[in-house]
Amino acid sequence: MFKRMTTGLLVGGAALAATFGAAATAQAQDDPIRVGSFLAVTGPASFLGDPELKTLEMYIDRINGAGGVGGRQLELVHYDTGGDANKARTFAKRLLEEDEVDVILGGSTTGTTMAVIPLVERAEIPFVSFAGGVVIIDPVKPWVFKTPHTDRMACGKIFEDMQARGITKVGMISGTGGFGKSMRAQCLDVGPDYGVEIVADETYAPSDTDMVAQLTKIKNTEGLEAVVNPGFGQGPAIVTKNFAQLGFEVPLYQSHGVASKKFIELAGDAAEGVRLPAAALLVAEKLPMDDPQRPIVMGYKSTYEAVHGEGSVSTFGGHAYDGLMMYKAAVEAAGSAEPAAVRDALENITGFIGTAGEVNMSADDHLGLDLSAFRMLEIRDGDWVLVN
Amino acid sequence: MADIRPSGYSKHRKKQTYTRRLGTRATPMQVLMSERIGGMGALIVIIAALPLLLANNYQYDVAITIGINAIVVVGLNLLIGYAGQISLGHAGFFALGAYASAILTARYGLHGALAMPLGALGVGLLAYIIARPILRLSGHYLAMATLGVGVIINIVISREAWLTGGPDGMYVPPLEVWGVELYGGPIWYWIVAAFLVLAVWISLNIIDSPVGRALRGLHGAEVAAEVAGVDTTRYKVMVFVISAVMASVAGSLAAHFSEFVTPEKASFFHSILFVTMVVFGGMASTFGAVVGAAVLTLLPQLLADFASYEHMILGLIMMAVMIFMPRGLVPTLTGLARRRGARR
Amino acid sequence: MPPAFVELLQFLFSGITSGAIYALVALGFALIYNASHVINFAQGEFVMLGGMITWLLLSHGIDLPLAIAGAVAATVVVGLALEKLAIEPVRDANVVTLIIITIGAGIFLRGLTSVTLGKDLHAVPAFSGNEPLELLGATIMPQSLWILGVTAAVVLALHLFFHFTILGKAILATSHNRLAARLMGVNVNFVLLLSFGLSALLGAVAGILIAPITATHFEVGIMLGLKGFAAAILGGLGSGLGAIVGGLLLGLIESLGAGYISSDYKDAMAFVVILGVLFLMPQGLFGKRGTERV
Repeated sequence: MFKRMTTGLLVGGAALAATFGAAATAQAQDDPIRVGSFLAVTGPASFLGDPELKTLEMYIDRINGAGGVGGRQLELVHYDTGGDANKARTFAKRLLEEDEVDVILGGSTTGTTMAVIPLVERAEIPFVSFAGGVVIIDPVKPWVFKTPHTDRMACGKIFEDMQARGITKVGMISGTGGFGKSMRAQCLDVGPDYGVEIVADETYAPSDTDMVAQLTKIKNTEGLEAVVNPGFGQGPAIVTKNFAQLGFEVPLYQSHGVASKKFIELAGDAAEGVRLPAAALLVAEKLPMDDPQRPIVMGYKSTYEAVHGEGSVSTFGGHAYDGLMMYKAAVEAAGSAEPAAVRDALENITGFIGTAGEVNMSADDHLGLDLSAFRMLEIRDGDWVLVN
Repeated sequence: MADIRPSGYSKHRKKQTYTRRLGTRATPMQVLMSERIGGMGALIVIIAALPLLLANNYQYDVAITIGINAIVVVGLNLLIGYAGQISLGHAGFFALGAYASAILTARYGLHGALAMPLGALGVGLLAYIIARPILRLSGHYLAMATLGVGVIINIVISREAWLTGGPDGMYVPPLEVWGVELYGGPIWYWIVAAFLVLAVWISLNIIDSPVGRALRGLHGAEVAAEVAGVDTTRYKVMVFVISAVMASVAGSLAAHFSEFVTPEKASFFHSILFVTMVVFGGMASTFGAVVGAAVLTLLPQLLADFASYEHMILGLIMMAVMIFMPRGLVPTLTGLARRRGARR
Repeated sequence: MPPAFVELLQFLFSGITSGAIYALVALGFALIYNASHVINFAQGEFVMLGGMITWLLLSHGIDLPLAIAGAVAATVVVGLALEKLAIEPVRDANVVTLIIITIGAGIFLRGLTSVTLGKDLHAVPAFSGNEPLELLGATIMPQSLWILGVTAAVVLALHLFFHFTILGKAILATSHNRLAARLMGVNVNFVLLLSFGLSALLGAVAGILIAPITATHFEVGIMLGLKGFAAAILGGLGSGLGAIVGGLLLGLIESLGAGYISSDYKDAMAFVVILGVLFLMPQGLFGKRGTERV
């Protein structure tokens, strides 16, 4: 009697637990996956954050319209950092503690990304950054991934091209913002590997309106063979115009920081002949028909431009696209949005084709791109042309 | 030129001093209403009760940020509200404190508890050196000079990347006490709360000290006071140094709490934000300073949900409060309450 | 020409071009300061509006001269509205309160622009082409000549306005002694309104002139506003001559500093010079040196 009652209780309890459990699982299945994001939508890096946010919003709508990921809808929670690392930290805490997101995609700049890394490492939530700095993934942090090429690779690609042209003496004019400063340091570091010597090294503040003085100094440097300008925003456009005004007779290299049509618009005729390393996205139509990236970049470009206007696509929005799609692939591979499983799945991504190139992640490479993903472009007649 | 103190506050102040000097006993009600005892008590009660409302680390984070800003603003209020001197460069002192803690602990292995006073000492010394030439200036010239100091500090921090990590900032190791890492909202909440209570206590004492009385005596009659033999500059320098040290200590706290510092901390906007907090809460009111810090720290968090309209709304609120409550929140509201009480 | 001389000339051209823009912004600060003792921290937003509205009108196919006129007019309306709605109701508030109001106005205008016109950088074409002109071996852009010419014309026009028109004299009188001016029958409120309108006009002109060089953006006014304020202080608040000299000096310090000393520290050098000047001359270079009334 007594025993039966106990058994009955046990069974009933188990049934009850099962029902609750099932309800909970069912609810988890119906609940949207919460995607957290913090981007520099205003401030000096807004030309990064703005297309990134637009891309996330647009594609999350599309994914949800097509039935979501693994049957679950995606819900975007976004905060604007204005490029301020301290704000990024507070918002990251808000995403992790208050909004209880399943993943964080974003961080437009290296500074905001770095400020947040200790938090996501502690919270053990996967984090895919859209920022360029090599410090983000070197050394590797278990929960941190990133989509764009590093500034170190950009330097490498530029110097590779210089090597092919027989250039060894290079002048640099860098922005003093985080991007310019970090890339300058990387270029100084990898220069010797390509036999490149930095003979002039000038800087300008991101909000400067005139760089003639610095360029005049560079121009008068003995033996100058080329100029490199790491930086983003209005700075490189002004450098390019001042460069043309002073009548330099050597080539000018810009960085991947200006990889959008906007740069050509801002710099005008002065941009003719400027070279820069960039992702294939910029030259989508000019890719060979059998290029594996072609369908991806054509798809993203036409989708983005259909909403935001002809010529509005930039590689920056592409970083957000890659991040979101990689996360989607990882959730599908893991079979759930459970953070640890997704992290493992992200680390095992291979052969993923994004706008930046083919991604092959591993335990000691949380970027998964190599130099071949970069294309060397030249600006001719107001448009990008593939070099070689 | 430009006296930036609100008119009318000195009368109220003087009454208090007279009462004390005449030796009249204050009624218990008056004691409770006084800033020193009643205000302190209220602040401590609020600080002690607030954690009951805080649900998670993010909410603690906001509360802690309020506390850190309030420490700066309480000090800055001494300078703006009482000494009548404006500073658009206090974020520079804040950042120096933060970077002193960051650099001394991360690069030289010093303990945080040692780095903070060292930073404060350095900032105090710097403030003392520049105070005399700077405080000779008045009004907008003073604003420009302090702004210049802040901008120069900001530029040096973002250029000397080998030491400061440059524009991307640098990590600060977590504070350890007897081998235990101080991490998480609750611990930092109490640390910052203790410093805030200390700052408020120091501020109230200065206001009631001979220095405070001398500063109030200056109101509108600086030359007369000088003729009467009061060394006005000495008092102004003193308050300038005290407010800079408070900013530096707050900076150190911020560095250890957030474990990350950026040159953004020294930006012109950060300085403006501190001044806005002083004026918003109400100049020459220590508790106004705390309220100003709380409101302007919370506001961007509340507005974050309005996405792109955030800045528009923030600008509108700033203008509206200043237009309809030019004396600031706390003096206007207590004024209203007092009038209503009198009517009854 | 010896290369060192050409180099110097190049630095000077560059410095004077930036300096002229700073001078225009500084004049806007001085105008409002004279009429009201307010430092208008939304001055940079007038610069931004000038550039952004010109771009907006151009992108709708309107001709450049008309677009410029439209942008100036719209900015002046904003300036007038700012005075009417936010400054006049609290004219007797203390200086810091007024500073916070103008800062709030600046944040609001930036927010409004980013919501309505977007956050992109926009190019505005140069008024007369991009073919650099050569002078003694150094080069200068035609747009720089426009900047210098228009700045000179504006300065001349202001001079005539203040010394030869009743209205201008009324503004001057108000700046010297508001009460006396009022007693003499000057409508002080109107003078205040006018000073904001004029100052918005100067800001818009500066913004339109520099837009072809730097491109325009909703946050482009922040730094230009700050530099203009620095120039106004350097020259001595409220002095028209001071604003012009302060602006040009600031531009020259920046370009010569970047050219000869260190481009990393050129902004810091500008502020060090300003601090040095203020320590020696607490009223700036051309500020009023009279004793304060006790």
